[in-house]
Amino acid sequence: MAETRRVHVRSLDLKRGQIELVHGSGGKAMSQLIEELFVPAFDNPWLAELNDQARFDAPSGRMVMATDSHVVSPLFFPGGDIGSLAVHGTINDVAMSGARPLYLSTTFILEEGFALADLRRVVDSMATASREAGVPVIAGDTKVVERGKGDGLFVTTTGIGMVPGGVDVSAGNAVPGDHVLVSGPLGDHGVAIMSLRENLSFGTTIVSDSAALHGLVAAMVEHVPRVHCMRDPTRGGLAAALNEVAARSSVGINLEEAHIPVRPQVRAACELLGLDPLYVACEGRLVAICAAEDSSTLLATMRGHPLGREAAIVGEVIEDPNHFVEMKTEFGGRRMVDWLTGDQLPRIC
Amino acid sequence: MKYVDEFRDGKLARGLARAIRSEIDPRRIYRLMEFCGGHTHTIARHGIEDLLPPSVRMIHGPGCPVCVLPIGRLENAIGLTREHGVTLCTYGDMLRVPAAKGNSLLTAKARGADVRMVYSVNDALAVARDNPEREVVFFAIGFETTTPPTAVAILQAERESLPNFSVFCNHVLTPPAMAAIAGSPGAQGSAIVPIDGYVGPAHVSTVIGSRPYEHFAAHYRRPVVITGFEPLDVMQAVRMLVRQLNEGRSEVENEFTRAVTRDGNLKAQQLMAEVFERRTSFEWRGLGSVPYSAQRIKSRFQQFDAESRFCVTPQSIPDHKACECGDVLRGLKKPADCRVFGTVCTPETPIGSCMVSSEGACAAHYAYGRFRDHQRSA
Repeated sequence: MAETRRVHVRSLDLKRGQIELVHGSGGKAMSQLIEELFVPAFDNPWLAELNDQARFDAPSGRMVMATDSHVVSPLFFPGGDIGSLAVHGTINDVAMSGARPLYLSTTFILEEGFALADLRRVVDSMATASREAGVPVIAGDTKVVERGKGDGLFVTTTGIGMVPGGVDVSAGNAVPGDHVLVSGPLGDHGVAIMSLRENLSFGTTIVSDSAALHGLVAAMVEHVPRVHCMRDPTRGGLAAALNEVAARSSVGINLEEAHIPVRPQVRAACELLGLDPLYVACEGRLVAICAAEDSSTLLATMRGHPLGREAAIVGEVIEDPNHFVEMKTEFGGRRMVDWLTGDQLPRIC
Repeated sequence: MKYVDEFRDGKLARGLARAIRSEIDPRRIYRLMEFCGGHTHTIARHGIEDLLPPSVRMIHGPGCPVCVLPIGRLENAIGLTREHGVTLCTYGDMLRVPAAKGNSLLTAKARGADVRMVYSVNDALAVARDNPEREVVFFAIGFETTTPPTAVAILQAERESLPNFSVFCNHVLTPPAMAAIAGSPGAQGSAIVPIDGYVGPAHVSTVIGSRPYEHFAAHYRRPVVITGFEPLDVMQAVRMLVRQLNEGRSEVENEFTRAVTRDGNLKAQQLMAEVFERRTSFEWRGLGSVPYSAQRIKSRFQQFDAESRFCVTPQSIPDHKACECGDVLRGLKKPADCRVFGTVCTPETPIGSCMVSSEGACAAHYAYGRFRDHQRSA
């Protein structure tokens, strides 16, 4: 890397400096930002080649690709920030096919005036998340928009991964009789963000569940390669994830409210904010659907992984020409769990 | 969760359901109206219908602020942004309510109107303080629950001599609407709906107390049970109504004693009386003109009254031809009886106001209960 580095008169002021339009204009300032901030932080041989593209060898087999933009507000929240979220979000989208994520690329859309110190914090957090996940960020792009035309920072990540042989996970694969599992309590991420925005405190801080789930998924497909569907319930929460499955698989789903894990402080916050935890985003949970005879193995596998300790079987797939998701309430009645209407929580991820 | 789980306990609910079943008179039907949209939402969300015997029928009432606001008033609000260029502050639900010709506050906003969603009237005051060059109007809607905060805001604006703040007042009153439903001879356009008893409002009653329903219960010989918004509250209220009906009583009973007294919140009542006075008549969606059923700002606070400040002309605009919100709000029809329910009228593309707010009977039935319509037809 050293021999390709250009010499800049003064190094970036990462403490007091701020983003200027020149940082996105393709000139020296931009290359300085890349060389002094992004390349050392992500620190991998593919990025260090400093080409307009990353060159890598691909194994043969079924490849998946996913992309996700992140506009979360505020940028920093308990349990993460826009950087770690951008890494986890795309890794999870790739992993929900059963795939092992290989590489990420990223785009930063920066607003003129954004503090370089904050950018460094985000980039460092992204780099840490990517290192911990073992999925390097090997390509990137930076754009700068005028003050007032953005909101600080937007981050897009794209990921690719390989699906192990014999694994066929898709939202269209659920069949009547299947069991529905979730990997942990719902709604932590959405409520963490909302509590921060509304200045709510609940005795204990609600921390986002943001996490990379590919390790959990690898264990799941290793023990139950026949798992039918997986989804990470992000925007729209469990409700949206299951309605998608019901529609794509042409089935109905029955849930048991009493079995759905939700932390008491998340329930309390939802009561106060008028939200339903079933519609609140998670960033480190998954919902899985598998044959009834596989569900106890899958549950045990999930509970054996640190990110699935509180996993639970929450319902079953049924025949239903209307493709409704219904729920037996704890109170003893029945209700639908319909698609989310409108935008309950804007800019949650 | 403390103070919530106690009121949602499934075991207690089953016990109450058994008690109700054992107490009903098999020879009769119990038609009970929950006036409040809050109760409608609770009933739908917890599936309370499944716990009640078929002879107990819950009829949804008009107690949803967004639902009962007539189109004319909404068009007035849109007109304020268009003709006077005001910044209009409003609750989120109001944004999507369909006005005339496919208009809504949301479409007005997309065309450039300055419409801002606020959580409370205090946010609207803050917008006025922060934008002294703009005329800021708070689009006030709601029953007696949201009226006292509007009164406080007007008094606060007066104290601060805030020159650019005003209120477009659409606050309405619960007891006259109940009377209109029960068939008050003065209420035009309202039909007499056969309702045997009323589940009385929770939050409204914390403000006005239980006393204002006493005349209603005696005059119309219908029992009223004021109850909280938790599902066990509703079940208990049903049981109390069944008992009253079986015993031929028509009294006001208060299940919600943890929050409601006979006299209510005197301070809030005093604030309302200081700032507001009754309109001789006000149009409700579904109920038509109801005498003495709404509040207007007293002339002493005229400068904060958007109606006089911007010479708002009252207009009466009929609902969309296919929309049956009126009959739904009067309890004459169930949401699924409406021809456009769930077909062209959905929460994403509402034709009528009852499909907009989560407290609206149609929105609640669409989101939580419409699977029952399919079970019936199957």
